[in-house]
Amino acid sequence: MKHFKTAICAGMIALFASSVSARDLVMNANTSDPAQKQAMEDLIADFEAAYPEIDVKFNLYDHEAFKVAMRNFLVSDAPDLITWNAGNRMKVFVDLGLFEDVSDVWEAEGLYDKMPAVVGASSVDGKQYGVPYAYYAWGFYYRKDLFEKAGITETPTTWEEFKEVGAKLNAAGITPVTIGTKNLWPAAGWFDFMNLRINGVEFHADLMDGKVAYTDDRVKKVFESWAELVKADFFVENHPAYSFQEALPFMNQGNAAMYLLAPFIVSMFPEDVREKVEWFPFPIIDPEVGIYEDAPTDSFHIPVNAKNKEDARLFLAFAAKADVQTKTAGTLDMLPPNVNASVKDDRFAKGGFEQLSKANGIMQFYDRDTDPALAKVGMQGFQEFLQNPDRIDQILERIEAERARIYGAL
Amino acid sequence: MPVPLPDLGVPMADIQTLSGNRLRRDTNFFRKNKLVIMPMVFIAPAFAMFSLFVIYPIIQSIALSFTEWQGIGPKKWVGLDNYRLLFGDPVFWTSLVNNVYWLVLFLLAPVLGLFVALFLNQNVFGIRLVKSLFFFPFVVSQIVVGLIFAWFYDPAFGLLATMLEPLGIKIPAILANEDWATFGIIIAGLWPQTAYCMILYLTGLNSVNPEMIEAARLDGAKGWRLLVKIVLPQLRAATFIALVVTVIGALRSFDLVAVMTEGGPYNSSNVLAYYMYDNAIFRYRMGYASAIATILFLIMDVYIAWFLMRLLKNEKGAR
Amino acid sequence: MFPRPIQDSSRSRQLMYKVALPISLVIWLLPMIAIVATAGRSLSDLNYGNYWGIPSEWAFVENFSAVFGSSSIGVYLLNSVIITLPSIVGALFLSTLAGAGLALYKFRGRFLILALFIAGNFVPFQILMIPVRQLTLDLGVYDTYWGVILFQIAFQTGFCTFFMRNFIADLPFELVEAARAEGVSEWNILIHVIVPLVRPALAALAVLEFTFIWNDFFWPLILIQSDELRPITLGLTTLKGQYISSFNLLAAGSLIAALPPVMMFFAMQRHFIAGLTLGASKG
Repeated sequence: MKHFKTAICAGMIALFASSVSARDLVMNANTSDPAQKQAMEDLIADFEAAYPEIDVKFNLYDHEAFKVAMRNFLVSDAPDLITWNAGNRMKVFVDLGLFEDVSDVWEAEGLYDKMPAVVGASSVDGKQYGVPYAYYAWGFYYRKDLFEKAGITETPTTWEEFKEVGAKLNAAGITPVTIGTKNLWPAAGWFDFMNLRINGVEFHADLMDGKVAYTDDRVKKVFESWAELVKADFFVENHPAYSFQEALPFMNQGNAAMYLLAPFIVSMFPEDVREKVEWFPFPIIDPEVGIYEDAPTDSFHIPVNAKNKEDARLFLAFAAKADVQTKTAGTLDMLPPNVNASVKDDRFAKGGFEQLSKANGIMQFYDRDTDPALAKVGMQGFQEFLQNPDRIDQILERIEAERARIYGAL
Repeated sequence: MPVPLPDLGVPMADIQTLSGNRLRRDTNFFRKNKLVIMPMVFIAPAFAMFSLFVIYPIIQSIALSFTEWQGIGPKKWVGLDNYRLLFGDPVFWTSLVNNVYWLVLFLLAPVLGLFVALFLNQNVFGIRLVKSLFFFPFVVSQIVVGLIFAWFYDPAFGLLATMLEPLGIKIPAILANEDWATFGIIIAGLWPQTAYCMILYLTGLNSVNPEMIEAARLDGAKGWRLLVKIVLPQLRAATFIALVVTVIGALRSFDLVAVMTEGGPYNSSNVLAYYMYDNAIFRYRMGYASAIATILFLIMDVYIAWFLMRLLKNEKGAR
Repeated sequence: MFPRPIQDSSRSRQLMYKVALPISLVIWLLPMIAIVATAGRSLSDLNYGNYWGIPSEWAFVENFSAVFGSSSIGVYLLNSVIITLPSIVGALFLSTLAGAGLALYKFRGRFLILALFIAGNFVPFQILMIPVRQLTLDLGVYDTYWGVILFQIAFQTGFCTFFMRNFIADLPFELVEAARAEGVSEWNILIHVIVPLVRPALAALAVLEFTFIWNDFFWPLILIQSDELRPITLGLTTLKGQYISSFNLLAAGSLIAALPPVMMFFAMQRHFIAGLTLGASKG
């Protein structure tokens, strides 16, 4: 198909004897999950249809392999476009001078007005270095039928209700929460939300920036609340053995009822299970604290060393269009940053969208907001805590030592 | 790396007696010294490639261990700071201890390999096929071995748990348990490694002198004594190779850790090779990673030196 | 404890041995049998937790065609071949030369050179990662087949040279001396005397190196970025991401990846074992 298209394109060029030759646009992406792969291939096909003279060369990477490869290709044989994440993860490369300033695209396409929610995450010192194509809310995916089986009629909105739900599920022989911590980050989702709900967004942001010690009493308070759940057997056993996908069968088989995760999980439920799955946001813990959410943002960036920046900019502009974002985010089960795009008509996307509209403040995600080395040590600590809640003091001291190494003593 | 000086003593003896034109003299010079020049010519391409891609990078890496570097951007000289941090890093010590576990337990591979080889050293119908099948875990990529064992151990649906469940035995989630993870990986590693040692011993057994065995038996030697006093000495060469490949395999252990636990849970199954990679790739600490690699390199050097010395001794004996 | 030939034992012992043999084989290969069984399991069985029970249907054909149909595994396999074969040829060529250079001539420093080849071959290869990446960039072979091929040639040359040198050193040196006495040039000695004699060693090394290079995961990961250049080991991890909850497909993919070295082993078993065990019976 692609060759056919190229052939037609070449034919047309010959016909008009134009000086334009077929233009290659190389894109490296980490969107290797099936739905993500689909979304990206559709987007590229649509782009090529709109710009037949451009031929997109698409290199797909596994998430982890991409992190390795990225540091290689950005400095050397840079592609013209990459997928990456807004926020601190982007800033790392901006600071190293490896991402192109694309404020001109934002200007020309009027994206400041069209994508107000993601301007901050895409900016460093007031300039924009990427164009988001999707963002998403985190929340609880739960099996409604299992809730009913345990005699639960309403989703919990407060901490007390949440603990009660867990107790009822346990009483019915169902593990309340499934989680796979082999990838580490699923545990970080829990930490983010608990910290945001207990200490608020400012404290959380300071912690991410290394301005607060991990041995701070406010951090300890988060773990005290979290320990209540661990000690009440909220979580599946042996979670460090499972990747986030491998923890899913517990829910499919009806042994666990909830999963704190993001929309990319939706397409991974088998058809018949998905029908029974619903969504609710993380409950309020301290009513005095506002509603703050994690909303990780995925975006396109142009490497400074790219060869075909002109067509890469065309692609950014194209990917920011309302109808394009509707389609891409729809395939991904995520949310389109463009306000003129429409949110997919299903309960997960709608629920997430509604929750984020209510939010008083937004973070990206633990391992996107803080230094990568600290994130790794921190998440390993969360994993260890979930297995051994009594070791929390040692764990926090270890994370604090890493924080101090990176950000300096306080 | 300068090319070592040729041994000038013998072939250059009567170079002054040469006469004729320059070209002839050159040809003669070449002919007289061909036993010095030719080995250089033969070795040069391999040595150049090897120096460029292996020896020089080792030196660069050691140099890098004295810097702080994110992998991109400027390098900062920090002297011995990386090493100082390393010795205060609990994960480094965990990894080092795990490397010791690897080393010690991996030495079971030659032992097990020997017993499997003794078991299979028979001449019955189909034994060749059986030997091949015993050997073939070694041929499979470690990535695949790791995937296989991860499924095998899975606490919820792995074959191991499924088999033990009717017996009333509940095993811990091996790869999720801080006390068991390392051993779970080592067992996976022992699988192909034992196969390797087995084949070394099977070959060794072929050259065991049956008359000596018979003679020893007539002298009343049997069982353990026969093995230790008579058979093992004849298998010394096989044992040597088995030890070398096993020690190197244990210290290099990486693929299995990477694919089975990534060093987890919380670093309890980390080893130096993986911790180095982890620091370079996921924490972008190239200097620190290089320091770990340098330490591992130094440890490995002990074995390399032992191996080389033994080799050299053999050479001296042989010629 | 050196087993007597089983034929000398009593009938019952012989029978016991013949029964023990297949049982021990099954236990030994249990993990492998498990993966083969998984590769033939249907997705619906897996989704409902029927991991090891009687499968509701065998789905080998479906699973294998699904892997070939829904992924680039065919391309990955081809890439593995494209990378592996020239690497073997290059490493064998260089190491035959160097092995002969080290075995046939006495000059000062030959042990040092040999020691460097051996030592370099034993290093924890992660130590090479960062500088080698930079080197391939400088040579302009980053993200090409050639980057991996050149590195593999260089790295494997260490082991191969050691191997070839030992093999050549064990050849009867009189042949070389006789040829020299007749005025045969050193080059011709190598080509016409040594090379025909080392053919078995070359075959053994070729099979061994095939396994090493085919199964290597680390270097393609560091030196290749384009999807269309990836060998099968790297492709397998891409599949791992793609088929995460479809163990059956991943199992099928793993088997496909493992098949070529296994086939190579069974076809060339004699050479393979000769290669691995050189020095195990003497030295």
